[in-house]
Amino acid sequence: MMKITAYADQVSVAPGETINFMVNCAAKSYKADIVKLICGDTNPDGPGYQEKVIRTPATGTYRGRKQVIHAGSFVEIGNAAALNQLQSFNMQAMIWPTTPAKGRQTIISNWSHRKQCGAQLIIDADNGGIGLCLGTGKGNVQTVVTGKPLLVREWYFVAASYDANKKTIQLIQEPLHTHVGCNDQARQKHVAKFAKLPTHTEPVTLGAQFVRYDKGRSVCQQHYNGKIDSPRIASRVLDRGEMEALKRNAIPGELVGDVVAAWDFSTDITGTRVRDMTENRYHGEIVNLPVRGMTGWNWNGEEMSWKHAPEQYGAIHFHDDDLYDAGWDVDFSLTVPKNLKSGLYAARLRCGDDDESEDYVPFAILPPRGEVTAKICFLLPTGSYMAYANEHMAVDVPIAQLLSGRLVEHDRQDIYRHEHREYGASCYDTHSDGSGICYSSRLRPILNMRPKYRAWIGGKGSALWQFNADTHIIAWLEALGYDYDVVTDEELHQDGLAAIAGYDAVLSSSHPEYQSRQMWDAMDAYQQTGGRLMYLGGNGWYWRIAYHCELPGVMEVRRGEGGIRAWEARTGEYYHSFTGEYGGLWRRNGRAPQRIVGTGFSAQGFDISSYYARKPDSYKKEIRWIMAGLGKDERIGDFGLVGGGAAGLELDRADANLGTPPGAYVLASSEKHTDIYLVVCEELLINYPGLGGHESPLVRADMVFYPTSNGGGLFATSSIAWSGSLSHNNYKNNVSRITKNVLDRFISNKPLLE
Amino acid sequence: MAKSKQDRDNYMPTPDDRLLIEEFKQNPIGHHSPDLQRLLNRLRGAPMADKHCLVVVEPNRQWRLAKTTGIRGEPVKLLPQRFSNLSDAEWHVFKVRWKALTGETLTK
Repeated sequence: MMKITAYADQVSVAPGETINFMVNCAAKSYKADIVKLICGDTNPDGPGYQEKVIRTPATGTYRGRKQVIHAGSFVEIGNAAALNQLQSFNMQAMIWPTTPAKGRQTIISNWSHRKQCGAQLIIDADNGGIGLCLGTGKGNVQTVVTGKPLLVREWYFVAASYDANKKTIQLIQEPLHTHVGCNDQARQKHVAKFAKLPTHTEPVTLGAQFVRYDKGRSVCQQHYNGKIDSPRIASRVLDRGEMEALKRNAIPGELVGDVVAAWDFSTDITGTRVRDMTENRYHGEIVNLPVRGMTGWNWNGEEMSWKHAPEQYGAIHFHDDDLYDAGWDVDFSLTVPKNLKSGLYAARLRCGDDDESEDYVPFAILPPRGEVTAKICFLLPTGSYMAYANEHMAVDVPIAQLLSGRLVEHDRQDIYRHEHREYGASCYDTHSDGSGICYSSRLRPILNMRPKYRAWIGGKGSALWQFNADTHIIAWLEALGYDYDVVTDEELHQDGLAAIAGYDAVLSSSHPEYQSRQMWDAMDAYQQTGGRLMYLGGNGWYWRIAYHCELPGVMEVRRGEGGIRAWEARTGEYYHSFTGEYGGLWRRNGRAPQRIVGTGFSAQGFDISSYYARKPDSYKKEIRWIMAGLGKDERIGDFGLVGGGAAGLELDRADANLGTPPGAYVLASSEKHTDIYLVVCEELLINYPGLGGHESPLVRADMVFYPTSNGGGLFATSSIAWSGSLSHNNYKNNVSRITKNVLDRFISNKPLLE
Repeated sequence: MAKSKQDRDNYMPTPDDRLLIEEFKQNPIGHHSPDLQRLLNRLRGAPMADKHCLVVVEPNRQWRLAKTTGIRGEPVKLLPQRFSNLSDAEWHVFKVRWKALTGETLTK
């Protein structure tokens, strides 16, 4: 079990800027070193693990301490004095529970955990129906329940009222749709034990019950899974007609004096605030990013975008495993020395000699702001790393061994993450209630974005995926003596073209799959203004993502109506809550990857890789320089650490119908893939037999080159496995040779067509 | 070889499919005949409860057999068997899964 885990507040930092590290350590102390990462692959059959220790002011021994993560989302309303002092009241909401049988869950909490007093609208642990919990302190608690189990994923109107004078409680549980044989409806009156509720000063919470503060973080329990829409609190018992009138997002005039809080989740959807419509202004803040922009109880299917019918998107979906910011205290900081060269670095943390006592926190050191210190830019795909952050497919999903065509391998980080679900999962996973995870944050330890990490999905051999696979590109640049800067997706998103405009060539990672509109536009502009892009991977520019407008370090993807999807967004929930943009595949946004990198995702398989065979275009005189040094029929990349070949894992193909430019040269195509490789589902309008690598012509990677405007150019390898073949035979091989031929030409002043 | 015919929705090995065992032994990961691929789809596609997997002991050199539980957060169960190459691990698990599917114990 890992004894040390950590994260940083930044993923990229320029000289003179400060990056803070947050560490959870079971030992009394740990040693921190800053290292320059060169090759993260520990496979003894490859070039071997390589890092270089850099002496910095942050280097040193620090005191270890335990830091924990409090996962689970909720809305917190602080300073709600009038709510805390309520005697008689009416609480109501529309709810769509996803795990009513999981145990006690809180819809609305006006409760002091410390004093055990107040009131809570709950889902009961014993039968999964709603209930009301009243407490007056000193163990005097009364809980009344409907005893009628709620159905999963059905909308209900639920209400609980308490009349302090009459000592009565009323519970209402009404399904919007009734089903024959389902006994899930209730309207009940109960006798209350208490004639008065003590006041308290704790925050009111929605979706969970507040317990305490921990270093500024609110800690809750009894997290609810599911949607809440239109929660209301009135200061007296309402009749059924009044409750009905309160469902709407306008408080009826005759109830204005009685309604003390009425939250409208359909406003500020892009933000973190929850608006109270009453004059009390008990506005709340979402904590741990429950999902917004969700279809509400009154969504009628006529509009698909929350921007067009916000009043039908008044729901927030809460999950007991949502996580935004782990919120740990800072343990040490690094102010990047002015003379430290741009590159890929990490804080290496060790609290002992064994593997379990070591963790790394990778980050990019950028060139000084506004400067370019090399001809070459390596674009670190931090958005894609976040999409895969703490991915759990190999322990959660039976298809992992089918996709990889072998037994899955778990690394020590996988074992730890599996047992510590509070570290949050990836956009390839589902929440505990089965709904897809559409947000991912980097403000938590991301244990699969580490050097030395082996991924189940990374092919037979070195088992590399994303971050650690990309270190092979860094290692190649270092081995061949290239000078390079590292820039991340976050700079590209924030600064646009300016982030990369000064470079002669930009090198992509092995799998730059996730792109925001700003990132796409910047890369497109780069190519059209003379920039030269080497796309050294596969399945790039595939999903459209959004970054949050207010919160740093978190991205969103909506797995909409097409593409290889680990889960599917529900109908009506295809639009990003962070921006209002239509999410999903870029291909479904009118921009297939072929339009920006010449090729686009065509097939995937995760067992073994294959090779490329040269195509007639590669012999054309004007581009002979690309294959210089290769034999006429020489197979390209029939070797490598990722599946044993350069063409593998995810493969892209050229397709003029999808946007491959007419001037594109198809230099080589891969062949002989196994039947584990299957054509991507967005190609299947009618499903048909013969979609595996043995039969389908769509299972291939096309290596492509074409010039772009103003002297720019594009070279695409179209395979994720490419980087794993660069180091073969001490970097003397045809994959390395082609990469070098292209890079040398791209950073030269020579025209790209002879 | 099939235990019964009740499992009509799923492929079950037939007596002829015993020939596939040797093909698997020769090459457990990679290109397979369509018949072997179909068999492996059945064996590898089982649910997560008590499903065999490997835990890395030493990268690319040593693995330990384990089983997932199918329950989130519940620790992967480590088993005593260790392997120094993936083919041995694949063959071991193949035999276990074959036995579970057909009732037949494969030797060697």
